[in-house]
Amino acid sequence: MDLSCTEDEEDFRHRLRAWLAAVLPTLPPRPDPADWPGRRAYDCGWQRMLHDAGYAGLHWPEEAGGQGATPTQHLIFLEETERAGAPYVGANFVGLLHAGPTIAAEGTAAQRARWLPPILRGDEVWCQGFSEPEAGSDLAALRTRAVREGDTYVVSGSKIWTSHAEVADWCELLVRTAPVNQDTPKHRGISWLALPMDAPGVTVRPLRTLAGTAEFAEVFLDEVRVPVSHRVGAENDGWRVTMVTLSFERGTAFVGEVVACRRVLESLARTAKTNGRWDDPVLRRRLGRLAADCAALWRLTQWNVSEAQRTGGVPGVGGSVFKLRFSQVRQELYDAAAEVLGPDALDAEHEWVTGRLSSLSYTIAAGTTQIQRNIVAERILGLPKGR
Amino acid sequence: MDFMLTEDQGALRTGMRTLMERRFPRAALRAVVDAVGDAVGEGTAGGALDRSLWRELGAVGFFALRLPQAVGGVGLGLPEAVLAFEEAGRALLPGPLVTTHLAAGLSATGLSVAGAAAEGKAVVTGLDATGATATTGATGATGATGATGATGATDAVLVEHLASADAVLVLGEEDAGMRPAEEVLPSAAAVRSVDPATPLHRVRGETRALRQRGTAARLRREAALLTAAQQLGSAARTVELAVAHAGERVQFGRMIGTFQAVQHLCASMLVRAETARSVVYAAAITEDPGDVAAATLLADEAAVRNARDCLQVHGGMGFTWEADVHLHLKRAWVRAEQWQTAAAAEEELAARLVLTGAPCL
Repeated sequence: MDLSCTEDEEDFRHRLRAWLAAVLPTLPPRPDPADWPGRRAYDCGWQRMLHDAGYAGLHWPEEAGGQGATPTQHLIFLEETERAGAPYVGANFVGLLHAGPTIAAEGTAAQRARWLPPILRGDEVWCQGFSEPEAGSDLAALRTRAVREGDTYVVSGSKIWTSHAEVADWCELLVRTAPVNQDTPKHRGISWLALPMDAPGVTVRPLRTLAGTAEFAEVFLDEVRVPVSHRVGAENDGWRVTMVTLSFERGTAFVGEVVACRRVLESLARTAKTNGRWDDPVLRRRLGRLAADCAALWRLTQWNVSEAQRTGGVPGVGGSVFKLRFSQVRQELYDAAAEVLGPDALDAEHEWVTGRLSSLSYTIAAGTTQIQRNIVAERILGLPKGR
Repeated sequence: MDFMLTEDQGALRTGMRTLMERRFPRAALRAVVDAVGDAVGEGTAGGALDRSLWRELGAVGFFALRLPQAVGGVGLGLPEAVLAFEEAGRALLPGPLVTTHLAAGLSATGLSVAGAAAEGKAVVTGLDATGATATTGATGATGATGATGATGATDAVLVEHLASADAVLVLGEEDAGMRPAEEVLPSAAAVRSVDPATPLHRVRGETRALRQRGTAARLRREAALLTAAQQLGSAARTVELAVAHAGERVQFGRMIGTFQAVQHLCASMLVRAETARSVVYAAAITEDPGDVAAATLLADEAAVRNARDCLQVHGGMGFTWEADVHLHLKRAWVRAEQWQTAAAAEEELAARLVLTGAPCL
C-alpha cells in the first residue's frame, strides 16, 4: 500500500502545474451554455492547446499518437487540471475517452490514421450513438438496422441521449447487422460503425432536459449510406468492441468530477460560515459527512487506478462500486447545497441549482443505479441470475 | 502510487485469517456467547477472556506487530496492523485487542505492563478520560470503550473486559498512562452488555496516574483507526454471510438470491464495505486525522448497516440467537461508541473543511 508518487510522477505534476498557470489566464471567456458552436470552438481550442503542449491523448498508446502515460500520470493530469480550474474535456469527450481508444485498440492501420490525429488535435468532434428510445438500459436491445448492399451499409433507425450531436462530425454508431433469433442472441448481431454526421438522411433534433436546456439530442437515421470500410472490428462483433473500451475508462472516468465535488463542498462550507447556516449542527455534520464521502470516492479512484496499473489496464470490480457511490454522493452534495442556499435554492441560474438539476441524471446515465446493483450482485457477488 | 496490498501484506492477511479460523472458529465464538446467553438474568458482566488464546496472539506478534525488531517486535507499520485487526474483526474475536496492542507500544517508556502486553501475557483494557467531561462540541463525546451512560450522564464511561484485565490504559486530554485494573474495579459497576462477548463496566472518569506526556492524541487516533479496521472486517464478513444465505435459502420455489430486492440489499452491502475499505487503508498510510475521521465514520456505518441488512436477508432466522448475525450487529454497536463517535467524526471533518491548509483530497 503506497500512496506516494515517484520522482518522475512528481516532476510531471510540477511541469503540468507550471504550464497550466501560464496558459489558463490566456483563455477566452467561457461561452454561454446554450451556444453550441461557441462551446465546440472553445473545447476544441483547449484541446489544440493540450495537443501543442504534448498533453493530447495522454493515456493513449504511443502507436496511436498518444503519450503512453501510466494510469497514475493520467490520474495526476485529471486531478491537476481540475484543481487549476482548467476547461473540461467537453465536446471532445466521446472522441478522446471512447471512440478514439476504441479505434486505437480495434481499428485497422488506415482507420487509425484517418480518425485518430484529428481527435487528438481537436479538429473533429465525435458523438455516441448507442442508446435508443426503446432499449433504455438494455443496450443490446437496439433496433437500428444496417443492411449490407455491396460495400455499403444502409442504416435506418434512431438514437437518443446523444450529447453534442448538433456539433459533431462523427458518430460512433452501434447497429444491428444480424436479426435476433435462436442462432444469434441479441449481443452477437451488433456492429460498430463510424457515421459521418453530414451524411444524407441524418437528422438531429435537440432534446430539452428538465434543466431547461438542450444538453443532448435525438438522431434519426433514414437510409443513411455508410461505407463498409467505416466498420471497426468484425461484423456482428460490435458488442465486444464496445465492452472492451467501455471498461478501460472506468478507473479514471470521474476523477475530475470527484475533485470538483470536493471543491463545491469547500465552497458550501465557506458560504454556510458567511450566511450563518454553519451554526446549525445538523447541517454542519451533514457537510462533514460529505467530506468523508468525497475522501472515499478519491481513495476508491486511487484503488481502481492501482488495480488497472497492475493488470495492464484490465479493470476489476471497482467500476460499478464507484459508480453507485458517486452518483448517490453527487445528489446528496447538491441537496446539501440547497440547504445552505435557503430560498436562493429556487434561483434556477445559481450554479449550485444547475448542478442540482444535472445531478439527477447520474443515477440514470451510463447504467442506472438498479442495473449497477444487478451487475454487482450477479457478476461480483456471484448471486444466482435473477429475473 | 500503488494502493493495493503488497505480496507480504497479502500473506500477512491470509496468515491472520488462517490463525483465526484455527484458533477462534465459529464454535469458539458460540461457546463464549452461549455461556453468557445461559447466564442472562444472573447479573454477570459476561465471560472471561481466553488467556491461552491471548498468549497465542502474543506469540505470533499480534500485539508487538509495530514494535521494532530490536526489542523483539515484528517491525511492521500501521497498514499491517490494520490488516491484522480487520481479520480479528471478521472473526469477532473478543477482548480489548486495540488497547493491549497500543499498550505494547509504550514499552520504551518503562511502563511496567507494556512488555507483558507485547507478549500477550497481560490484558490491557482502555478508558478515555475525556469521555467523562466532554459530550458535545468539536472534539466530541468519545468514551473509551464507550460512550456516556444510557441516562445521558456525563460522569461515567464504559470499559470493556475490566474483570479480565490486568491494567487499564487511561487516555486524558493530552497525556496517557496505565493503572492496575484491580485499582479501578472496586469502584466500577457491571453493566449487562448488549454484546454477550463484550462485558462492560461503568467507570467514573479517571485521569490520575497519567505519565506519558503528549501521546494521547496519537493513541486515540490509532485506537479509532484500529477499531475501524475491525468494523471493516465485520462489514465484509456480513456481506459473505448474506450472499451465502441468499444462495441457499429457497422460497416460492427459488433461491432468494434470484430476487432483485435481495440482490440489491447485498450489492449495497458490498458498496458500503468497499467504500469503508478504501478510507480505512488510506488512513493507515497517511495517519491524517481527517482520514481517520472519515475511516471511523464510514467503517462504523458499514459494520452497523451491513449487519442490519444481513439480518434482513436472513429473515426470521436472523432474529434468533442461533444465527451469528446479531453478534456482528451488537459488536458493531459497541465499536461504534468507542474512541470517535459519528458526531465527533463529522464535526472534525466539517471543521477541516473551513480550515485553510488542511489537505483536502
